Amino acid sequence: MDIRNVIIIGSGPAGWTAAIYAARADLKPLIFEGNEPGGQLMTTTDVENFPGFVNGVMGPELMGVMRDQAKRFQTEIISAHVTSVDFSQQPLKVTVGEKDYFAKSVIISTGATARRLGLESEKQLYGKGVSACATCDGFFFKGKKVIIVGGGDSAMEEAMFLTRFAEVTIVHRRDAFRASKIMQERVMANPKITIIWNSAVDEILGVDVGHVTGVRLKDTVTGETREMAIDGVFASIGHEPNVSLFKDVLDLDEKGYLKTVPGTSKTNIPGVFAAGDVQDSHYRQAITAAGSGCMAALDAEKYLAGL
Amino acid sequence: MEHTFTDQNFQKEVLESEIPVFVDFWAPWCGPCRLMGPVIEQLADELDGSKIKIGKCNVDDNAAMAMKFGIMSIPTMLVFKGGQVAETMVGAVQKDALKAKLEKHF
Ligand SMILES: Cc1cc2nc3c(=O)[nH]c(=O)nc-3n(C[C@H](O)[C@H](O)[C@H](O)COP(=O)(O)OP(=O)(O)OC[C@H]3O[C@@H](n4cnc5c(N)ncnc54)[C@H](O)[C@@H]3O)c2cc1C
Repeated sequence: MDIRNVIIIGSGPAGWTAAIYAARADLKPLIFEGNEPGGQLMTTTDVENFPGFVNGVMGPELMGVMRDQAKRFQTEIISAHVTSVDFSQQPLKVTVGEKDYFAKSVIISTGATARRLGLESEKQLYGKGVSACATCDGFFFKGKKVIIVGGGDSAMEEAMFLTRFAEVTIVHRRDAFRASKIMQERVMANPKITIIWNSAVDEILGVDVGHVTGVRLKDTVTGETREMAIDGVFASIGHEPNVSLFKDVLDLDEKGYLKTVPGTSKTNIPGVFAAGDVQDSHYRQAITAAGSGCMAALDAEKYLAGL
Repeated sequence: MEHTFTDQNFQKEVLESEIPVFVDFWAPWCGPCRLMGPVIEQLADELDGSKIKIGKCNVDDNAAMAMKFGIMSIPTMLVFKGGQVAETMVGAVQKDALKAKLEKHF
């Protein structure tokens, strides 16, 4: 049996930073990239707040150079999605389909994924007016009408971005936004944005014709429904930590994120560490993910030295 | 070798092709598309060019084709057989998974 020092699950900023540190400590890490190599930043354009890039950097470019840096120190990279883990004994087992991998320590950096509305019609019309990426798909809605669901900063940001192309309506379940004051003010002042309060998307219409033709909105106070003709649906309703593999294995906090010992990356199982958005419901930034990836690699190194 | 499909050559290169054609609709501003770029280049080199034609179509420069095939999200990847869409994939996919899907069309 080939037993590795450390396996890293996930290739966002946390995973690559952990890989760089572990590789430089000569731990010969193995990283699984997962279904979304590069993680969340692959879906964005300019990252303006990652230190070291005076003029900002494109998300995919940043993730590309992180990967190259990890590779330069001989990180072993496997482009696969982990399907199960067994942390009930040492060595720890990480499985991809039929194939098992073993390690003395594991760093979990599976990040977070955008939450969906959870409607069957949303699934069926994905790519046909339902979009998961405003920066990618705004272009296709030139001169059309779109709604964006959500009330946080990223919903505001996406709404503003989409006004470059389309007439935008924000649909929000409550009567006030959660977004920062400055973003709210910008949105309210934008003549191309209309806001519908106290409403949720009950159904996306157009399955019969193969593309989005409208939505059925439900008033969250009165329960009344009404239909609205639109061409595109963007949802920006937050993120969920990717914890499904670990649900009955590791402790979660009250919000459903992996629980770590404060000030460390340690989970409740010795040798298993967590970094990045999967264990952070609060900061959720590329730099904090990278920072905690560094912590996890150092914690793993110390753990291995003590074995 | 990777092909470049345009509004001008789409009819001849894709719709009238004797062999299946894989077309990746993409644009430079789209992160997931840029992720697929090198993957598609590699597959174009690795897969037998006499069995499948592999290429990209920039939606920014070739709006007519994007419109014709109802592209509303990118990357959208289509496989054409005998001028008809035989398979649709929306969103970035992993190289191995994509390769397996393409090989099924040989
Ligand atoms: C549109 C957008 C714009 C953003 N802009 C900024 C910004 O400007 N500045 C900033 O600081 N932050 C920004 N963020 C937040 C930032 O992207 C995240 O905080 C950061 O990416 C978190 O990194 P991570 O490494 O924890 O996880 P993620 O980036 O979420 O990566 C998770 C990784 O885990 C992998 N994975 C998941 N499950 C498995 C599995 N079972 N097996 C193997 N691998 C798996 C995935 O494939 C992925 O590679 C933005 C986020 C979004 C969505």
